Amino acid sequence: MDIVTELAIVVLAGFVGFLVISKVPNTLHTPLMSGTNAIHGIVLLGGLILIGEATGFLNDLLLVIAIAFGTINVVGGFLVTDRMLEMFKGRKREKAEES
Amino acid sequence: MDPDVINLLYIVAFILFISGLAQLRNPTSAVRGNRTAAVGMAIAVVATLLRDETGDWALIALGIVIGTVIGVPAARNVKMTAMPQMVALFNGVGGGAIALIAWVEFRDRGGDLTELETGIPLVFAAIIGSISFWGSNVAFGKLQELISGRPMKIPGGVFINGGLLAIAVAAGVAICAGSESQGLFIVLLVAAGLLGILAVLPIGGADMPVVISTLNAFTGLSAAAAGVALDNTALIVAGMLVGASGTILTDQMAKAMNRSIASVLLGGFGGAAPEVGGAGGADDGRIVRSTSAADAAIQLAYARKVVVVPGYGMAVAQAQHAVREMAKALENRGVEVSYAIHPVAGRMPGHMNVLLAEADVPYDQLKEMDDANPEFSRTDVSLVIGANDVTNPDARAKADSPIYGMPILNVDESRSVIVLKRSMSSGFAGIDNPLFYNEKTAMLFGDAKSSVSEITGELGEL
Repeated sequence: MDIVTELAIVVLAGFVGFLVISKVPNTLHTPLMSGTNAIHGIVLLGGLILIGEATGFLNDLLLVIAIAFGTINVVGGFLVTDRMLEMFKGRKREKAEES
Repeated sequence: MDPDVINLLYIVAFILFISGLAQLRNPTSAVRGNRTAAVGMAIAVVATLLRDETGDWALIALGIVIGTVIGVPAARNVKMTAMPQMVALFNGVGGGAIALIAWVEFRDRGGDLTELETGIPLVFAAIIGSISFWGSNVAFGKLQELISGRPMKIPGGVFINGGLLAIAVAAGVAICAGSESQGLFIVLLVAAGLLGILAVLPIGGADMPVVISTLNAFTGLSAAAAGVALDNTALIVAGMLVGASGTILTDQMAKAMNRSIASVLLGGFGGAAPEVGGAGGADDGRIVRSTSAADAAIQLAYARKVVVVPGYGMAVAQAQHAVREMAKALENRGVEVSYAIHPVAGRMPGHMNVLLAEADVPYDQLKEMDDANPEFSRTDVSLVIGANDVTNPDARAKADSPIYGMPILNVDESRSVIVLKRSMSSGFAGIDNPLFYNEKTAMLFGDAKSSVSEITGELGEL
């Protein structure tokens, strides 16, 4: 892909990120950090892409570790966020009406 | 599969990521938001696997199985008190994955990164990924108390860190300029890793949430950089979303603590804290009044309004359920009970709310700092359970205190204060708290959970 197109995507996605998280109640800082943390586990895709191209034992080994790391990041991140947020369920009505 | 189909699936994933993030802003929709983002991730992974070029299925399965076997139990079993360090660890492995991917891409190209639109982002991803991996591991170690949580001063730290950054960047420039030496790439990874370790090591544990949030944003940015190098839009978009939202989040957290991001990262509480923390002699001549569970129970039972100020000590002692029991006993006697939550109570903003919600504390009893502070002057007893720095009046009054200017809960304005604490040791920031020597204050020493249970027991006998 054209580098200029890619930079355009970089800039636009960055702005969306800024806007979507403009103001968050303190209560949700920890879950939000944990949730965004899970999303950057997307690096897993990098491992999935490269492992088909790369050859040799060391490359394969490094990529299996990278895929395992990425999977831990994604699966663990989303699960832990879900556990945190489940605890708020049903007790947040007042807060929601306020905002 | 047609690349267009894959890219369309990626676009579906982006929509789910963005709407998931938007829903995470609101407490009622947050659970759904997180799951929406997770579905987006699943779609992105499946789309990537559908590429015609995808191969080595056995190795892919191996990596995913290893990751799942480690990640799922870790996320399921982690105690809510240990949540911040778990997030640090998950963030670290993400950064580690990026560094490894960049390294393999370098090897795969035979070390030729002279094509700058690939070379520069790849080198950037490798440096930041390595910083994030090692820095997050140190943050984990500090919060898990494997490494001392106290701020440490490394002599000439700024110059060492600057030097390490210069080495990593110089190696990166040389590689982009045509050096195909793998040794140089390893030097880059090691220098960046050392920088991550040495940058986080001196920062006090109280500032760790800001550090983790910063590293979280970093990992996002390096994922985006890796996406540019690998020509993958999913990595670019998701990485930038995290990079940008993580930056905002870091800023908001730092504001809640009245700290600037720069002052946290450039040594934090480091400068003044150790001397103040070590000044045990300054306590001479000041009187600490200690009390018993029975006396505390009487004081609480005949109060009209009690405010509980929970801190990390309560969380560590797993006392939240015991506190809830005590609050019920008090409410049955007609005492009005509420909880004053400092934005950074616990070890991360919002952490305390998670813990109290776990113990079924009604949400309307939780007061955020701005709502809680005007109430203290009308409060008969403030019950401080394992909180320290967030109640320290020095933050208001003493301009040379390291936490001067941090917003605190004005516990000292209430008619009387009972502090539950294990010992007279200082708090996470390592500084002395004059609240404990206030004539209105009585200290109840011991494990928070057993102290609270004793109080509840005494209440039953009144």
